[in-house]
Amino acid sequence: MYSKALKKDSYGYLFIAPFFIIFIIFGLYPIIYSFYLSFTKWDGFGNPIFNGLTNYQRLLGDYLFYKSLFNTLFIWGISVIPQLTVSLLLAVILHEKFIKGKSIFRAVFFFPNIVTAASLGLLIGLMFSWQSGSFNNLLLNLGLINEPINWPNMPNFMRMLVSSVLFWQYFGYSMIIYIAGLQGMSRELTEAAEIDGATKVQVFFKITLPLLKPIILFQVVTSIIGGMQIFDQPYTLTNGTGNPDNATLTSVMYLYKTAFTRYQYGYGSAIAFGIFLVIVIFSIISFMLMKQKTNNENE
Amino acid sequence: MQQNVAPQTVPVQAAALSKKSVKLSHILIYAFLIILAIICVVPFYIMIIYGTHTNSEIASKFIIAPGSALVENYKSMNENVNIWRGFLNSLFISSCSTALTLYFGALNAYGFAKYKFKGNKVLFWLVLATMMVPHQLGLVGTFRIMYMLHLLDSYAALILPAAANAFAVFFVKQFIDGTIPDEIIESARVDGAGEFTIFNRIIFPMLMPALAALGIFSFIGSWNNFMGPLVLLFTNDKYPLPLLVQMLQGYYGTNYGVQYLGVALSVLPIIIVFAIFSKRIIGSVSIGAVKG
Repeated sequence: MYSKALKKDSYGYLFIAPFFIIFIIFGLYPIIYSFYLSFTKWDGFGNPIFNGLTNYQRLLGDYLFYKSLFNTLFIWGISVIPQLTVSLLLAVILHEKFIKGKSIFRAVFFFPNIVTAASLGLLIGLMFSWQSGSFNNLLLNLGLINEPINWPNMPNFMRMLVSSVLFWQYFGYSMIIYIAGLQGMSRELTEAAEIDGATKVQVFFKITLPLLKPIILFQVVTSIIGGMQIFDQPYTLTNGTGNPDNATLTSVMYLYKTAFTRYQYGYGSAIAFGIFLVIVIFSIISFMLMKQKTNNENE
Repeated sequence: MQQNVAPQTVPVQAAALSKKSVKLSHILIYAFLIILAIICVVPFYIMIIYGTHTNSEIASKFIIAPGSALVENYKSMNENVNIWRGFLNSLFISSCSTALTLYFGALNAYGFAKYKFKGNKVLFWLVLATMMVPHQLGLVGTFRIMYMLHLLDSYAALILPAAANAFAVFFVKQFIDGTIPDEIIESARVDGAGEFTIFNRIIFPMLMPALAALGIFSFIGSWNNFMGPLVLLFTNDKYPLPLLVQMLQGYYGTNYGVQYLGVALSVLPIIIVFAIFSKRIIGSVSIGAVKG
């Protein structure tokens, strides 16, 4: 019997083989090849020419790379804080029994999340354009301004506009995840506290929030990994330029433009690994903060 | 004794107070929800309304009512951009990708869940670890291998990699661990069924609840994928919707009506599908979140 079971167990390899074959070809090999390319100069024609650490030296002194990192962190930071707080507030509100039309509100808040990011970027770009933008026309019709404001030429405004699009797309998603977390918690604790005279605000800060902590931290970490990869929205919002003055050029946009519009595949690969290193560092920091916080609570 | 009295009086006061303030706080909460809902909806409303106006109308004032230039805009869009072709391309790419993700994800998950082969745990951790690696890391290398395999500018370049979706494996394995008892497999073996027959005929149909939720994620992700086709496709006829929408910018830089219409046509299918399946879609996200 034992030997028969063992024989069957080796069938497992056949079941997992297709996945691993595809993964090695389309997942692992491209990463290793990119790593190799990051030590070469290659314009897409002929063979890559090995040039040692030249690309990484260039990366360390590349003002535009640092600027793209700054842009990415700026855009991510401005969107993620309201995203994670407003969604938490909404989740708690929509978890309350007295609210009517919960499922409609949930659906409306979540909807932007499944809409194509590229379409949304273009749409918001059209609305905030200078001469024909609907936003300028709204302000003009309301008499708030006398002539159209050139929004696409204002670096910080455009960064925050990208942040707003990201917030708009992701707060509903965060809310759904918080609601799933709240539904997993028993109502007994909060109801007992309310019977003992705790206010809603006290219940929220003393009971709900600590219980939701793992979900909050999960959302923070995943948003770091996702946030460092922002591409679609700023790309279509600025017609692929990252303007004005490269203020909305995110790191991944810089990677894309370097490799696929300037055909510097070697340097583009070095940028990819530079971004990856930054993601790893941020992930480690957030993991450590997570650990520290839980340790403090245990003491 | 006084300390015992206090907690009893507080709730009474709180109740009395809250009855007065209940209405105000409820009004504030509803106002907050409604304002946020309006913010969510307005851009989509503008998109649909503006698609029906001429460029000069759009340039001159803020518009809230539909116009009469829908056909005109549609005709001039059709001169350069065939949005329905893009729709079919998107549908084809997303359907095939989703089918691969589901079948091979389930196959792999089943292999990990039900066969105790050597290296099972290590390999499963490896699969999980790949979820943490950002796709852009291998972007240039992906371009290179697609070139080597002569897959550049083909649908296969976008579809084949979907067979190795780590999240799918994780998601389905959780489901198998929780719902598929070993006895089912044992009894099928006693009846003489082969290992792959057992999976295809018995196990795969049992995984449908998980696969339905996963399929929704996978389809949406593939439908909205922008960077993949941007790097791997070059022929306009093969472009999926997100790329066609981006192309509108190049062709109609100053014709706003056409661009709004193009965006609207790319988003309308999503609105329709969401209107019908919103509960299912949101449900899938919740399941994914709890499992993840």
